Amino acid sequence: MSKTITIKRGYDINIKGVAERRITPLPFSDVIALKPHNFPTIIPKLLVEVGQEVLAGQPLFFDKNNPRIHFPSPVSGEVVEIVRGEKRRITEVRVLPDEEIRYQAFSVINLQEADREAIIERLLESGCWSYIKQRPYSLIANPDDTPKAIFVSCFDSAPLAPDLGFIIEQERESFQTGLQALNQLSHGHLHLSLRKERNERLTDSDIKDISVGSLHHFKGPHPAGNVGVQIHHIAPIQKGEIVWYVHPQDVIIIGRLFDEGRYRANRVVALTGACAIGPQYFNVITGQQISSLTDNRLSSEDYRLIQGNILTGATTKADDFLSFYENQLTVIPEGKEPEFLGWILPQFKKLSLSRSYFSWLTPNRTYNLNTNTNGEERAFVLTGQYDKVLPMNIFPVYLLKAILARDIERMEELGIYEVAEEDFALCEFGCTSKIDVQRIIADGLDYIRREG
Amino acid sequence: MKFIRNLVDSVKPNFEKGGRFEKLHPAFEAFETLLFVPGHTTSSGVHVRDAIDLKRTMFMVIIALIPTMLFGMWNVGYQHYLAYGMEVSLLDNFMFGFWKVLPIIIVSYSVGLGAEFIVGVIRNHPISEGYLVTGLLIPLTLPVTIPLWMVALAAIFCTVLGKEVFGGTGMNFMNPALLARVFLFFAFPAFMSGDIWTDLSPEAGHALVDAYSGATNLVTFDANFTKLPSISDMFWGFEQGSIGETSAFACLLGALFLIVTGIGSWQIVVSCVLGVLLMGSLLNGLAPADIPTHAMHTPAYSHLLMGGFAFGAVYMATDPVSAAQTEKGKWIYGLLIGAFTVVLRVFNPAYPEGVMLSILLMNVFAPLIDHIVVEQHIKNRKRRA
Repeated sequence: MSKTITIKRGYDINIKGVAERRITPLPFSDVIALKPHNFPTIIPKLLVEVGQEVLAGQPLFFDKNNPRIHFPSPVSGEVVEIVRGEKRRITEVRVLPDEEIRYQAFSVINLQEADREAIIERLLESGCWSYIKQRPYSLIANPDDTPKAIFVSCFDSAPLAPDLGFIIEQERESFQTGLQALNQLSHGHLHLSLRKERNERLTDSDIKDISVGSLHHFKGPHPAGNVGVQIHHIAPIQKGEIVWYVHPQDVIIIGRLFDEGRYRANRVVALTGACAIGPQYFNVITGQQISSLTDNRLSSEDYRLIQGNILTGATTKADDFLSFYENQLTVIPEGKEPEFLGWILPQFKKLSLSRSYFSWLTPNRTYNLNTNTNGEERAFVLTGQYDKVLPMNIFPVYLLKAILARDIERMEELGIYEVAEEDFALCEFGCTSKIDVQRIIADGLDYIRREG
Repeated sequence: MKFIRNLVDSVKPNFEKGGRFEKLHPAFEAFETLLFVPGHTTSSGVHVRDAIDLKRTMFMVIIALIPTMLFGMWNVGYQHYLAYGMEVSLLDNFMFGFWKVLPIIIVSYSVGLGAEFIVGVIRNHPISEGYLVTGLLIPLTLPVTIPLWMVALAAIFCTVLGKEVFGGTGMNFMNPALLARVFLFFAFPAFMSGDIWTDLSPEAGHALVDAYSGATNLVTFDANFTKLPSISDMFWGFEQGSIGETSAFACLLGALFLIVTGIGSWQIVVSCVLGVLLMGSLLNGLAPADIPTHAMHTPAYSHLLMGGFAFGAVYMATDPVSAAQTEKGKWIYGLLIGAFTVVLRVFNPAYPEGVMLSILLMNVFAPLIDHIVVEQHIKNRKRRA
């Protein structure tokens, strides 16, 4: 039994629209698309042309910076359109899916005997490599690196996040195979994190059969499930060190590759949020058009559709396509209505991390939050606010100021390599001055990656 | 509400880009956002935002100031009638004070906000809500007899030179309200010390009672601390002093409110108190035994109740912009404020109000304290490697 790590600083935002544990398989949408901008910093080079027939698992494009990393088609069918944006940058590669998927076959390798190189080669060849990401910077890992460790966070603590235990349960064998492959990549430094409390479906016994890595239990509110927070508490990243991490759903896809010898990109996506009718899980294919999940399932006209959760997701539209790594869609009401004297009235229905509203008296209440900013942007005024929701040994405001000052040495000293935008999402949520904390962190990481 | 919204919307185009009063946009926006929390929605980053904003924060501080303001108004009347030996009802006391204090508050708000609006319009930056609190703090730190033009001058001084030259709310390094007070204190000492604490406007048929003395407890204790008013008078605030500062009890109510809402830092309040108690006890130990009335003998807890300490520790020292910002830094900052307050009071009779100067002094030192804390944090981070 491993030690339990308790996270004290954080907050669970309870909002309406938790997905019911029910998975509905959906047919393919008319068109499936892969979007290069799901992979920040890569420069896509096409490997297919319009009209060409592709198999599932056949690469559509590769990264010019690292030609070994390519991005596979989730389905078989005909490439129907290459959508380009500004400066002819490729924004989408659209494929018309066959009714019955034909897979590119990869020979099965025996994981027990295979060496690390062979596994890497197979992952690269199949395109599954792009599921392995690295910290710092949250980018696709470089196959030439040897990571200090590999992390898999088996629970998501974000608002309305899908229950990963429930998803893993559907394909436990593939998950276990995937973990085995990762264990081999990590030279045995594979870390799994489970949630200690609540009725998590995933328990020690589920993982026990897999004789890999070390198991950690986390207790406490969001962002306890963030892999960055877990890394910080288990094996903090120093300058020059690299840690890899994989999402459990992607571990399953990697597992299928080794079990079935094919790239089968089905994933379970949760439709959540106050504007979703009957929020639940769907079994879809990577790159599925979003309208196929949301049509006739939205209750209001004035909503915002988000790929991901309300803290870190991106605004999207129904005719857009599911992102490569996506596990969740959230639909919440927009909040464009000005509110008369909203800052003076007692306001019993509003949620605040501060105690200037009454929400702190009812910690278990569920809220229907909209996208109103609830105030205007100001300079930093209040102090100690961010520290309450950032469970890391980091001084958030000083790090942010070092970033704004573009002071690389200071950023390094204050721990920029350990953080990602998502770790600061709650700071941004609770910020009295409405500062774009995540954007500043992203700018800082981007700056230090280019200049550092 | 719909009516007000329509009214605002109908005049809005005049203040937009290209409108007739385009230049006055910041002023219009300030009024509009005072009436309505704007319908802005999140555009990047998080999609939902906490309900709190700076206006709400400032409003909480105003609520916390209400006990001291109400008590101060009552006490102005009470001290006035006491000086003339008249017994009047609670309401009469209050109403006397109310009519004396109200003009000071109105002048402070209108002149200070006016200055802020002008700067906002000239520099075309949004008008921040910081002055909502400053505007009420200034009157409460002044004697009731202060001439109104001085209040106006102080409000302009602290807004323009204390805050706006540095970039507005959040950028200043000293507490603006305290700066206003210290400005008057040094510029017009005759109006800020001496027999000015009680409003002595004549009462027909009454003369000042013989026992009346204009000395505040800060002056009294320096000569002979045993002549201090009783502990209970000092705690409840039945004594002379600036309008809002006399009642430690009212400040305590404000402190509780600020700490419960989380707007004020409890670390700063508690460490200020600890600083006073520690330094007070130290001086008790070092006090000359042959002069039993020496100020150094003053019991440490009396310092908590005397003068403006309670008011300063609760409402001034906790100003997040000018205070230390790190958790450890807040403790050091508060302890030093408390300690310096006692030192200044006991050893420097020329400046009886030690808390005002020690808070301003620590405002200046707060960045240094934070710097040391951050350097220590960085060292610890390296050691972890």
